[in-house]
This record gives sequence, C-alpha cells and structure tokens, in this order.
Amino acid sequence: MNDMHVTRRNFLKITTTAAGGLMIGFSLPRLAEAAAEGGGGEINAWLTISPDNIVSIVTPQTEMGQGAFTAVPMMVAEELDIPWENVRHVAADANRHVNNNNLYTTTSTGGSTTVSRRHPYIMQAGASARERLRKAAADRWGVALETVVAKQGMLTSGDKSGTYGDFAADAAAVTLEQEPAIKAYGDWWLLGKDVKRLDVPTKTNGTAVYPIDVTVPGMVYAAVQSCPVPEGRLVSFDFEAIKAMPGVIAAVEMKQTKDVAAFTDMRSGVAVVAESWYQAKNALAVMPVVWDNGRGATMSYESQTAEAMSLISKPGTLVLNQDGNIGKNLDTGVNHDAVPGLIEASSKVVTGEVYSRPYETHSTMMPPCAVADVKDDRVDVWTFTQDIGRSLNEVADQLGRDAKNVFLHQTQLGGGFGGGFNMFVHRQAVAISAAIGKPVKVIYSREEDFAQDAQRPPVWGTYKAALGDDGLPVALVTHFVGEEKMPAFSQRGVANMPYLVPNRRHEYSAVQSHIPIGYHRAPGANSTGFIVEQMVDELAQAGGWDPLEWRIKMTEGNEPWQRVLLAMKEKSGWTTDLGRGEGMGCAVVESHGTIAGCVANVTISRRGQIYVDRLQFFINSGFVINPLNAREQAESSAIWELSHALYGGLDVRDGRVVNTNFDSYAMLRIADTPPQIDVHLEMSQDKWWGGLGEPAGPPTPPAVANAIFYATGTRVRTTPLSKASL
Amino acid sequence: MAITLNINGRDMAIDADPQMPLLWAIREKAGLTGTKFGCGIAQCGSCTVIIDGNAVRSCNTPVAAAVGKAIRTIEGVSENNDHPVQIAWQDLTVPQCGYCQSGQIMSAVALLERTPKPSDNEIDKAMAGNICRCGTYPRIRAAIHKAAELGKA
Ligand code: FES
Ligand code: FES
Repeated sequence: MNDMHVTRRNFLKITTTAAGGLMIGFSLPRLAEAAAEGGGGEINAWLTISPDNIVSIVTPQTEMGQGAFTAVPMMVAEELDIPWENVRHVAADANRHVNNNNLYTTTSTGGSTTVSRRHPYIMQAGASARERLRKAAADRWGVALETVVAKQGMLTSGDKSGTYGDFAADAAAVTLEQEPAIKAYGDWWLLGKDVKRLDVPTKTNGTAVYPIDVTVPGMVYAAVQSCPVPEGRLVSFDFEAIKAMPGVIAAVEMKQTKDVAAFTDMRSGVAVVAESWYQAKNALAVMPVVWDNGRGATMSYESQTAEAMSLISKPGTLVLNQDGNIGKNLDTGVNHDAVPGLIEASSKVVTGEVYSRPYETHSTMMPPCAVADVKDDRVDVWTFTQDIGRSLNEVADQLGRDAKNVFLHQTQLGGGFGGGFNMFVHRQAVAISAAIGKPVKVIYSREEDFAQDAQRPPVWGTYKAALGDDGLPVALVTHFVGEEKMPAFSQRGVANMPYLVPNRRHEYSAVQSHIPIGYHRAPGANSTGFIVEQMVDELAQAGGWDPLEWRIKMTEGNEPWQRVLLAMKEKSGWTTDLGRGEGMGCAVVESHGTIAGCVANVTISRRGQIYVDRLQFFINSGFVINPLNAREQAESSAIWELSHALYGGLDVRDGRVVNTNFDSYAMLRIADTPPQIDVHLEMSQDKWWGGLGEPAGPPTPPAVANAIFYATGTRVRTTPLSKASL
Repeated sequence: MAITLNINGRDMAIDADPQMPLLWAIREKAGLTGTKFGCGIAQCGSCTVIIDGNAVRSCNTPVAAAVGKAIRTIEGVSENNDHPVQIAWQDLTVPQCGYCQSGQIMSAVALLERTPKPSDNEIDKAMAGNICRCGTYPRIRAAIHKAAELGKA
C-alpha cells in the first residue's frame, strides 16, 4: 500500500471531461455526470462547480463507513473556501483514473491513510482550483490578482463580485505560474470542526447502493463455492444431478488464476447460476462436488498451536531493522546477543508465560458480492473492493481486455476493515458472466465468506526480563511466533514498542499454513498489543510499580505518549484498588502513527461473567480534521476489538474453518456494549499526522484483560476472554 | 406461481415459489433492495422487516407465511426520510457502513410502536437480534431514546 511519490503535477493535468461510458444499473453519480447535469465547469479532475455554485468533489477512496466520502470533500472544501452546504460528494471514475496515468494518485483505501498520508495532494487540488478562480476573476475584471479575494464561494475585488460558479468555466482554462502551498494548521476554517458524514441520510432509508443492490437488465444470480480447504482444487462436479431443480441455469467451473494462494487470485471452485440467488444456493448445496483438498487437509488450529508452542520454547531468529536496531533506535549500541546472558545473571528475573490470539475473520456485514456484465465491447463491474483501480486492472488482465473498455463502478461498501483488499469476487463474477454470456450477480453465503476470507493470523508471544533495583526492567527478551506469510503482523507493536528498556532482544519464529491471511483493522497491533500490554502490567507488578506510573516512567521524553498517558492519569479516575469483583485496567498501543490509550472498567459476576462497564480512550494522532468522525471511528474500532476479545476465535479442523456463521462465531451485540464509552482527543498538533480509522481497537482487549486481573487476580492470556474460568 | 404480497401498503403480484424466503422475494422480485442479506439463518438481523407489527427476519420466513399480511420494509418507514427513528439516526450519525442499518431501524420502529418509551433493558432485548459489525451500538441505544422523545412531540 505504498503511495506513489506525489508531485504537484500529478493532479494538475487539466483534462477535458471524459465522455463517461454508458451507465447501466445504479451507481453513485460521477463527476462527468455531475458536470453534465449542472452544466458546470470541471476545474480539475477533483471537482466541478455548477453555475448555481454547487461544488461536486470526487473521492477516489472507498467509503466503508469510515468517512472517506466526507473527509476528502472536507479537505478540498477547506482550501477552495466554499460553504459546506454547497458541497456534494461524487464517486471517482475508476476507468478515467487507470487510463490517465493514475489520475488520482491512488484509489487504495486502507491503513487509515486517507487523511494522514493523502492530505497534501488532496488539499492542493482545492487550493489550485481556488487560485485559478481568482486568476479568472482578475482577468475578466481587469484588476490586479492581489485584489481578488476568494471566500465562502464568492470572488470579490473592490465593488465587483461574483460566485465561483460564474467563473468556473474560465478557471478551467487558467494555467498558474506557480501552484499555491496548502494551508497550515491554525489557518483552517472547516477542518477541525465536527462535520456529519454526507452519506448518513442515504443509510437511514435504504437508498445507499452497495454492490449487492445493483441490478442490470437480464441479470441472473450465482452462488459460489471454492475448495473448503483453501489451496485445494476442484476435481469434478455433477451438474446433471441438479439441472432439473427450479430456476437452475448452469454450473460454471472457476479456475485458479495463479498457482499460488495469493490474495486476489481466483481460487479453484464452482458456481451454480439460477434465476434467483436462493435457488442457486440451494442447488449448489446439493450438487455432488469432488475436491482435492491439497496440502492443508490435515491441519488444525490445535496442531498449529502445538507447533507454535514447540517453536516458542526454543530460541527464535533475532529481529533487527535496517539500522541494526529492534525498534525506534532505542537500542543503538546494544549487543543483542548478550541480552539473554544479562537476564541469566540477574537476581530478579520475570519469566512470562505464553500469550496468544486466535484466527479472526473480517465478517463484514455485507458478504462478498459483485455484479458483472461482460460484453464484447465493454465490461461493467460493481464489486466489493477497497481499491477500485486495482480491481479494474485485475478484470482487464483476466479477460485480456483493454482497460479503456472496463468500467468498475464505485458503490458503498458494507464494511471493509481490510477485507476489501483480499477479494476475488470480481474475478469470479466476470468469469461467470463471460462463460454464460449474461450479466450475473454473485453473492457469497456467510459460510462461504468465513471459509474463504483472508483471516487475521494467530500470534503467540512470551518474554523474559531482568529487573533492576528500582523495579524497572534492565533487560528484556521477547519471542513471538507468527504466520510466515506476514511476519510483520507478529512484530509490529512489539519490536517497536516505545518503552525505554536499555537492553532488548526480539526473536521471531513462524508457523506455516494454507489458511489465507490478510489485513485486518490495525493489522499486527491488534494481536501483539494484547500481549505486550499485559506483559507491561506483569513487569510493573513484579517491580512494585503502578502500571500507569510504569508506562509514564518508561516513556519519559516521548511527548506524544506522555500526552496520552498523563491525560489518562488526570481524567480517567485511575485506580487499581476497587471493590471485590471490580477492576480497572489500562493499555496503550501505537498503530498507524497514532497513540491510543484505553482505560477499562469491568465487573466480574460471581458466576464469572464479564461486564465491561466503561471504556475511556485517549487518542493522539497529531491532528484531527473531523473530531466527530474520529470519535465514531474510535467507538467502532473499540467495539470491533472488544467483540474479538470477548467472543471471537475461528477454529480450524481438517484444514477448514469450522465455525462459519454467526451461530458458531459469536459477535458482540448491543447488550454486551459498554454503557459508557468516552473518547478524549489529546492532539499534539505537531508535525505528524496519524490515522484514526483503527487505532482505538488494539488497546481495548489488553485494557479489559488487565482490568479482569485487578478484579479477580486471574491473568487471562488468550481470547476469547468469555471462555476463561474466572 | 403467482403470489400477492402486501408491501408498504401496496399489493404486489410476484411470481415466486411459496417456499422462497421473503428476503429474496422483496429484493429480487419486488426490487426493494434496502432490506439486506447477512447470514441467511436468522442470526444477524440485516433482513429485518415488520410483519403485522412484529420485527421478523425475512431470510427464514417463506413467502407463503407472509401472504395476506402487512409487510413493511425500510422503504416504507416514511416518504421523506423523516420518521422519528430516521431523524434520530441522522442526528446522532448512527450509520457507518450502513449495511445493517435497515434492519436496525426496522427493529427500532417495531420496538417503539409497542413500547414508546423503552428502557435500556428493553432496548437491549428488542435489538438483540441485530448485529452491527461497525459497532454503532452506543449510538443506536442513544438514538432510540432520542426517537422516543421525538415521537412524543
Ligand atoms: S440475513 Fe436474516 S438474520 Fe441474517
Ligand atoms: S453500520 Fe456497518 S454493520 Fe452496522
């Protein structure tokens, strides 16, 4: 998910409005149509202004509930200086993007980066448009450019005035000698204010359009199944056996697009096509299918755990970054090989037990789905993706079509959380549509979703430390076991933890499996945080320190962390000394450049039931452009992780996920939701920008687990916590 | 076979197998896509509609069981997106991805019609069948209280 290097020229190409392809079915309005309907001028590829001064702003990123469709227009509107009521959101044209040298730089949506990483060029698009409007007005009025003021949608100079809309067409033709710089914090009039997301009203009356809602004339429906043991292959299927079932039209083999189980490659499987989706699903369920299950057939989560336990009991591989340090240059000059010896020689050793987190699944409320219409001269696709440009290119590549003739339409997504990076449902939809010569809608059953999802990989971790006379650690060895396909997921948040332990060593070992894994909200930190932040509490306790004071002491001089920790101390009512059955715990995890602290209050009933009474968050992402959305995302990611902490955990047996629907993979429901969740934004307002879509998640499970410890004296080292006997 | 369903106060003739789950008849046959599919086994509530005043999971309700009854979907909650529940949902910016929200709103509407001023406990009970993966529960709870206030006015 690396950004291309952004130059000012990237977005300054002035393109005449592309004659947008014929739209069929429903989709969000695109810029070309907004311009055509309103008769307004497209000032650059990011916006048009209509004669009645309505500004339509493009969002290349996907909306999954995280607020991209509002954040991008806010950033443009800030610079353009237009009343927020005049702003409309329009979807990006993926075809125009990929066929114009990545016009919008990137359409990738993840890693909490839409604002934190992309604001420079997005804000610049608005600034550039504003300056071109000023120049257009100066030219028409014959006045000096310096006298023209652009403010709240109006251009003025002396007694002359006009709306942006009056000058939009002229501005589109203006070339600037120099592009303006973007505004700095402190000069903002819109950014930093609570703004309600623009898409909310469409989501209270059923009008928001998701891929699953798209209808194309003549469309049929497909239910799909890939090998239940991922990486396995289809051997045969017996269409004759289901042919006479009501509505059934065809069965189509889906061929693995590559010989490896990569993220977005279509897996070997079969589709049944019918007049209705439920007919397709019923027929697929009874169609005889023979699979070759492949290398994963005997693997289970239990066998994988046994392997991990064996690996963690032996030394692992030393992890260092390019600078030869473990994390953030905290250990420069340390002989990492000497650290275990230091611990052996110490008289005060703390030996950790093994902590772990199991597999979790994305389980977006909208299951994977896509509509495809493959014709001889053009291809139209609506799909679940967090990167419309990449998915478009994948479709063109798979079908051997020119990307100019592929139209992938942006819709709302029913959740994403990283899952939209690992989808191959668009590939399946175009393969089926091409095979049967009809438009088709593919919908995964929930069981198929859970079976094929790119799961969050499990992690195991342990540690050994030596304490000094002051009770603080002088040496620490951590050893984490992760999945070899994504080593970073078991290192982030551990290797680079900010605690000032003078002698550190981090070791890594890997288990292998055929289970597909992928990005999940705050990948890595979501699992490692649970382990590190309980380790911290154990070390604090062993050294006679209050766990919050320990964290404050061990991050001295680190302003962003201190800001969070001191706020926790001042505002949370912190104490480890509550009545019987009650506990308060804290944890802080940094992810996506944002430091998020959580203080949890729990009550444990006499029967061992966990009640999370209150969660308080203290978040420092440097800047925040929409505090309302920041709070919403904090609540959302906290509940996301609380769900995994209390209930989640996928089980794998005989190579396949066995709990594949909500009856066996439980989710947090409203009654389990903490009655009180407070979000404090503690911004450094400094030079760096962190993300806000994910970071409140990772500190939640360890804060709850630490609170459980203070309530019961029992340390719970794995999740789901609800299965612990308390 | 031809079946008549009364959806949002209008009779609709649809051609469907009587065993077809009502969800798919509403989405594919009646063309009302606000009602969503999430699990197919009455566990998530995305498909919630109101039948004769009760919140019902349409994914496991056969079409035959809904004949002759008044079916309400999200599209029938109000003309202008201004039912007290919808207003409260907008004021408190409840929906995130929005996918579960038609079902949440239908459950909330059914609750408030029966219990105009529900307690937290009553809310928890009535909303227990609706999962929100985006975790909008705190706002749902607050919005139901707010809708109760708005409804009184
Ligand atoms: S789709 Fe009906 S309850 Fe989930
Ligand atoms: S708003 Fe996304 S699932 Fe509820």
